[in-house]
Amino acid sequence: MMIDPLSVFLLLLSAATPILFAALGELVAERAGVLNLGVEGMMITGALAGFAAAYATGNPFLGFLVAAIAGAVISMLFALLTQLFLANQVASGLALTLFGLGLAAMFGKPFEGVKAPPMPAGPLRINWIVWLGLIMVPLIWAFLNRSRAGLILRGVGENHEAAHALGYSVRLTRTAAIAFGGAMAGVGGAFISIATVLQWTEGMTAGAGWIALAIVVFSKWTAPGVLAGAWLFGGVTVLQLRLQAAGVAVPVQLLSMAPYLATILVLVIISARQKYSRRAGGGAPGSLGRNFHALR
Amino acid sequence: MILLVPRQTASNGWQIATPVMAVLATMVTGGLLFAIMGYDPVAAIRTIFWDPLFGPAASYSRPQLLIKAAPLILIASGLAIGFRAGIWNIGAEGQYIIGAITGAAVALALYPLEAWWLFPLMVLAGLAGGWAWGMIPALLRNWFGASEILVSLMLVYVAQRVAAWMAFGPMRNPEGMGFPGSRNLQQYPSAANPELIAGTGAHWGVVAAAVAVLATWVLMSRHIRGFHIRAAGTAPRAARFAGVSPTTLVAFCLGLSGALAGAAGLFEVAGPAGQITDNLGTGYGFTAIIVAFLGRLHPVGILLAGLLLALTYIGGELAQLTMSLPAATVQVFQGMLLFFLLGFDLLTRFRIRRRVRA
Repeated sequence: MMIDPLSVFLLLLSAATPILFAALGELVAERAGVLNLGVEGMMITGALAGFAAAYATGNPFLGFLVAAIAGAVISMLFALLTQLFLANQVASGLALTLFGLGLAAMFGKPFEGVKAPPMPAGPLRINWIVWLGLIMVPLIWAFLNRSRAGLILRGVGENHEAAHALGYSVRLTRTAAIAFGGAMAGVGGAFISIATVLQWTEGMTAGAGWIALAIVVFSKWTAPGVLAGAWLFGGVTVLQLRLQAAGVAVPVQLLSMAPYLATILVLVIISARQKYSRRAGGGAPGSLGRNFHALR
Repeated sequence: MILLVPRQTASNGWQIATPVMAVLATMVTGGLLFAIMGYDPVAAIRTIFWDPLFGPAASYSRPQLLIKAAPLILIASGLAIGFRAGIWNIGAEGQYIIGAITGAAVALALYPLEAWWLFPLMVLAGLAGGWAWGMIPALLRNWFGASEILVSLMLVYVAQRVAAWMAFGPMRNPEGMGFPGSRNLQQYPSAANPELIAGTGAHWGVVAAAVAVLATWVLMSRHIRGFHIRAAGTAPRAARFAGVSPTTLVAFCLGLSGALAGAAGLFEVAGPAGQITDNLGTGYGFTAIIVAFLGRLHPVGILLAGLLLALTYIGGELAQLTMSLPAATVQVFQGMLLFFLLGFDLLTRFRIRRRVRA
């Protein structure tokens, strides 16, 4: 089997990109204290909306823009439930995923069997959106750690009572973080339909949204950690595909389990380290998953 | 300005009223959605919610109600117990698939043996398979603190691939002329899960669902473990001080809900589905989450919610046939239902007051 390291790396970059976008978006939401399990639903919405827009206009970049908007719009359902109606975040996120999968399947029928418009190659033969994802890593890191707005966002996520007492709007901050997470998940989903698979099929995100959630845990809630996790996942995916192509004597179905098993394994290792380390919480924001209700 | 005042205890009246409101709101919004898509909204809603029970084809679709509701009720009963304790088993779909596989494996291994004990043994194998698949996230959470939400979900994708592997590999019907899929258990009398009373759709899974409703009601309201579960869900710290072991609860809840989902899978594969195929997963495991919430995590509520969601499946199929509505409409309806329920739930937990200027 011939392995050209550069081409493998390019494949890895591409395989990691959907997860990278979704996980970066979820990272920002979780740093604001919101656990949104609707990533998969937002990704599939973006995958369809982006594909439809790219197909209709013939412009893939417009597709990504529409995907971001669609992801943000559908994430507002989650924001409405959790921020205004104070519903349980876990249940609301699940509802968003179930709803998104259904909605995309329902409106996706007319787009089955058509091809996405070709994407112009970016610098160094790497897709523009892959570049965008890579640039987002330092940008989000800097936003969270070096900007005033990021400081407020982290404050809201770490201790919402204190942030509220200081006069910051917990609800507004969280809604903005949810919208950003939705937009990023939308772009991630659209990367699958527009740039990788080049067509629309029902349920095509195949759990990528859930893997993104696991990668946020893996990253210990940091942007560079998210990149490492996405690359690890991309590596496993490429390796698995390479082994399939090489005709290894293992059934295809078993090989294709690899990304999911790897996710579980990574989750276990990271959770174990966090559980037995001296620092409690392992980097999870203090108010993660808890709703805030101001009594005054 | 509107002010939300938290209630000391959840309002009983709203507990019952909100699911009804959610169903009505779903019908109205669904109707609007149909109108936008160019269908007659009134006809569509009637086709989904009325015709399966009382329409011209009701004699065919009514038995379907029990067939579809049984797995939903069975799975949701187990999930609700965990949800009450704050343990989120989201991977019932995977436990359902594995239960179907382990249960069918017994029948396929012993084929063509005819014995009265074969089917009970398959049920046990289905329970065990689902239990074991549910125990994976339980143990990983107890030993390493890994999120049971993510692990149980990842295992759904793994289970789907196990099913595909079985259908193409070890379990492929040797007389199937190379097509993927196992032998059809419906044509194997000792292993089949047939209709018990002709024309009702009731098979052993329906009986099991009824037993599950009763048993979970006894567990939750009459048994000390049910009290522990409710305590852990409402006041985890207090429960721990009272000697409730969180690790035991995690293992119990995930194991039990896994076993029930596994049994649902076995009843389905030995009955309505008939064989192991690569698309064994039908989404019951996910829909059961909606059933559990819509039923307010209460056995009786789950029974009613299971029947209602079964109705949306059958009505959706009917609407697909007669009005050529897209198949995914049902899923959208189910998602909307959960949205509305979670939204209206505000009323059970808060009083709404006009803010008075001081």
